[in-house]
Amino acid sequence: MSLPVLNIQDLSIHYQTEQGPLQALRDVNLQVPEGKIIGIIGESGCGKSTLISAIIRLLAPNARIGRGSVNFKGRDLLRLSRDHMRALRGDEISMVFQDPMTSLNPVLTIGRQMYDVQHRSAANRAEKTARSLQMLDRVGISDPATQLQRYPHHLSGGMRQRVAIAMALMAEPDLLIADEPTTALDATLEVQIIHRLKELQREFGCSILFISHHLSVIAELCDEVIVMYAGEVVESGSVRDVFIDPRHPYTQKLLECDPARIAQRTRELPVIEGSLPNLVDLPGGCIFRERCSHRLARCGEDRPDLSGNQHQAACHLLDAES
Amino acid sequence: MFAFIIRRGLLSLLILFLAVSLLFGMIHMVPGDPATVMLGPKATPELKAEYSRRMGLDRPLVIQLGRFYAGLARGDLGVDPFSERNVVNIVWEQLPYTMMLVLAAIGGASLLGIPLGCFSAIRRNSLLDRLTAVMSVAFIAIPSFVVALYLLLWLAVKWRWFPAMGAGESGNFSDQAYHLVLPAIALGLGWVGYIARLVRASMLEVMEENHIRTARAFGLSERTIILHYALRIALLPTVTILGLGIGSMLSGALFAEIVFSRPGIGKLLYDAVLTRNYPIVMGSVLVTTGFFVLSTLAADVINAFLDPRLREQRGS
Repeated sequence: MSLPVLNIQDLSIHYQTEQGPLQALRDVNLQVPEGKIIGIIGESGCGKSTLISAIIRLLAPNARIGRGSVNFKGRDLLRLSRDHMRALRGDEISMVFQDPMTSLNPVLTIGRQMYDVQHRSAANRAEKTARSLQMLDRVGISDPATQLQRYPHHLSGGMRQRVAIAMALMAEPDLLIADEPTTALDATLEVQIIHRLKELQREFGCSILFISHHLSVIAELCDEVIVMYAGEVVESGSVRDVFIDPRHPYTQKLLECDPARIAQRTRELPVIEGSLPNLVDLPGGCIFRERCSHRLARCGEDRPDLSGNQHQAACHLLDAES
Repeated sequence: MFAFIIRRGLLSLLILFLAVSLLFGMIHMVPGDPATVMLGPKATPELKAEYSRRMGLDRPLVIQLGRFYAGLARGDLGVDPFSERNVVNIVWEQLPYTMMLVLAAIGGASLLGIPLGCFSAIRRNSLLDRLTAVMSVAFIAIPSFVVALYLLLWLAVKWRWFPAMGAGESGNFSDQAYHLVLPAIALGLGWVGYIARLVRASMLEVMEENHIRTARAFGLSERTIILHYALRIALLPTVTILGLGIGSMLSGALFAEIVFSRPGIGKLLYDAVLTRNYPIVMGSVLVTTGFFVLSTLAADVINAFLDPRLREQRGS
């Protein structure tokens, strides 16, 4: 197996708040192997956004990195100088953001924005325009020459997200981070974009870190999946393993609650009882304890570590079984 | 874009018509018979009646207004009863002085205020940011005629750096610019901080927007992001306020013109109101209102140029 493109070790990040430090990420480990698509799932507030902001070092000003490393192709991004970090962004690492309605500049044409994104290229204006046209064509936008003249508000959400993907892939990055890129789109478009993304990933040979809370999208697109809960990785493994044989009670609940999996007619949709723990005043022991239906006595005392080889989960039940 | 300007132009004409008609009525409601003011307290009733007839003041107000517009359509604003000169000529002579003053004040204030606001937003809570915050509040609070008086007292009378009176030799550009400095500072000083605060507030807002994060995620330089991606959007509300601000500057110009004994529309209007010189009053009011309407129109056009969404929304 080749070296991972991205290797995150024991990453802990907190936000300084009036109430005290909010422990947004705790000891997160994550690997993105070359040419693979890794999915991250978890409900809102589980630390997905903090994690990706940390990777590209665009964290909120009140965020503090406690410990850990973010290793990208042999360099620790957390220790890189600002200029070096900026040089990586949009070149070796690029991003597609969640809301296509607001993630493009409203007063500049698509062409201008795609041109500006190539600021590191030595090509001349005509070559850069040609490159933009080629990329728009690759993401499935018809009549790219006309689109270059238009402003974002002329384009539909799906079109804008295609433009965003075209911009992100323009520099042929090694790692593409996609932060819920299809959440704001309707289901048909979502499928189209996902298929296109998969195609392009094969073509460009990049790795993708794909964040979503849409389980079926992750199942469709990703090779491996990481389940996060309240700032911790609770389970990770191949999509097949995690979806067919979920080991962590949180993953099990999450899968039960997926509307796509509910076969029978019910009056009420299943939910996971309770809410996320207070990350400022963290309870000891297992982070999911309060909402878990299989709670053991020791769950309140020690925090379970991830166990297993390819398919890992952090739960005391697994120790009890073995 | 062209349709947009036409539409806004027609709307401006309507606003101008309403404003001028309203002002026409208001001026005639100001107590004091123009004939008495004009001819003095000892004038006989016959003389006064003759004067009123000659100026058309004995007719109903609506007829007077109709005559005013009829004259206006021919480019004729009537005759100044004192000098017997054409009002159009008198107003036309004074207008450049006031326009120069207002444009110098607002231009200077923008040239200082926009970069200051931009810098304050980027280096939030820095010394310069705090300093502009304090200074802007202080300068907005001081009326411009007070600033004018102290500038005059210190810079012109005490230290003699700048001329105290007049608008400079006509035709001599540098002398006129030299005479423009103090009045323009007096008029524009309060606006520097105000513009800086406006730009700062909208810059801070824009810098938080998602598309700025996108630009950062592509490694664009801070310089490009600020100048090309953020400032253009952040300027929109400021431009609108500057367009409206010219209105309040026109009234401020009155004080500056009186204090620095400068010729100009403000001074002309002030003297004309005192003597109930209706033709001059109406001529000045028409020109200042027109100037104000034009400046708001210019602000809208600039904004439409900056933001494609505005251009389309109102243009088609």
